[in-house]
Amino acid sequence: MSEVPGELKYTKSHEWVRIEADGSVVVGITDHAQDQLGDMVYIEVPEAGTSFAAGDACAVVESVKAASDVYAPIAGEVTEGNDALADSPELVNQDPFGDGWLMKLNPSDSSELDGLMDAEAYQAYLESEEH
Amino acid sequence: MGRHTPLYDLHVRQGGKLVDFAGWDMPINYGSQVDEHHQVRRDVGMFDVSHMTVVDLHGDNSRAFLRKLLANDIDRLQAPGKALYSCMLNEQGGVIDDLITYYIREDCFRMVVNAATRDKDLEWIRRQAGPFGVEVRERDDLAMIAVQGPNAREHVLNLLPATLRDGAAGLKPFFAALNGMQESGWFVARTGYTGEDGFEIVLPEADAPRLWQALFDSGVSPIGLGARDTLRLEAGMNLYGSDMTEETTPLESGLGWTVAWDPAERDFIGRAALESQREAGVANKLVGLVLEGKGVIRNHQKVLTEAGEGEVTSGSFSPTIGGSIALARIPAAAGDSVEIEIRGRRIPARVVRPPFVRHGEVRV
Repeated sequence: MSEVPGELKYTKSHEWVRIEADGSVVVGITDHAQDQLGDMVYIEVPEAGTSFAAGDACAVVESVKAASDVYAPIAGEVTEGNDALADSPELVNQDPFGDGWLMKLNPSDSSELDGLMDAEAYQAYLESEEH
Repeated sequence: MGRHTPLYDLHVRQGGKLVDFAGWDMPINYGSQVDEHHQVRRDVGMFDVSHMTVVDLHGDNSRAFLRKLLANDIDRLQAPGKALYSCMLNEQGGVIDDLITYYIREDCFRMVVNAATRDKDLEWIRRQAGPFGVEVRERDDLAMIAVQGPNAREHVLNLLPATLRDGAAGLKPFFAALNGMQESGWFVARTGYTGEDGFEIVLPEADAPRLWQALFDSGVSPIGLGARDTLRLEAGMNLYGSDMTEETTPLESGLGWTVAWDPAERDFIGRAALESQREAGVANKLVGLVLEGKGVIRNHQKVLTEAGEGEVTSGSFSPTIGGSIALARIPAAAGDSVEIEIRGRRIPARVVRPPFVRHGEVRV
């Protein structure tokens, strides 16, 4: 079974969001997503200063198997991309909720966070997807 | 649910992630495709290739029939056990399938053809065999295990039946051992699809789980179809359906070396079409590409050359090289540097002659 940490928010396209004390958020892809995609070989994260609307393609994760877009869970401006992934894309496989984070965002409208799933809802969503 | 090979239960138990492949439930990986790839390049791994189709030809006219059926010349097989790689063409010179034929006896040849093309292959072979009085027997009672990698020999030889061991130990590349074949039904060939040394073992279905488990217990890792694909791509080996199809001839698929033009009187199926194409000039060539920028080349991406556009036929990440490589069909007049359109950007690539990797070493 895939890991689903309780303190995070989730999207149907398998991104996770962690809300920091200062109101900024960290975004990555879930354990389930990395497991489905397989070994990561190339990851493209956005540069600081780039802005996205919720649902925009904001990063690319490429596994041996295929390239996949990552979608911005909420609107916001990128404050930092995870540059370590350029040389070590496997961090997304090894530690999807930790060192494998993709980007940090300043939300344009924090109320959008309320529209995301909590861990319990995401877990139920994963189970429903399997059937 | 798809068809299961006799090793299905073992794949499940050993953690294989099963996917549909040409109607079969096959392991794509057992955890990490990249780790499995390195395992074969550096040590040894085993593949369940029981989904491939073994076809035995019986009859006094088998050789005459194969002279007609295959674009390569069956008369290159004079020693028992010797193998020949060839395309099987339609009248237009398009590739129906690529296959390996083994010479067993003058009245018996064995062919191994692709799983995805099984039905059309059997229909075509049977139709062509009719006039020659050759009997075509599909051997769906057999399984096949490929053991590949620099350390494949020691693991395999220890586990073969005594009657086969010496024969297998003395095999030259592209030969099969026939001793003991009548009694045991086992057939061991020094062939493969990885660019490494190794064996392909054809054996009765009932014996396959025991051999697989014995190899596993001796330290041979199971390898999925994912790594099989990246290994064959690095080895510069074509994949039927991607790098060549019925719409392309061997001459535009990097397989001109498998077409035997001599003797001129050998009238194989597709010969006239290939001769016309050769005379008119072959418009396209299949080449290797090494990406010089960031990203991963994928199938069907556009290749931009100074002589016009081409298309990626097999693109992937190369674990051994640590970058992206591809096979692509591009205009024959194209030069050595091209650009590939990857997700809206043009990334430069170098044109190379495959293989990219052979016996563990990068060649490009």
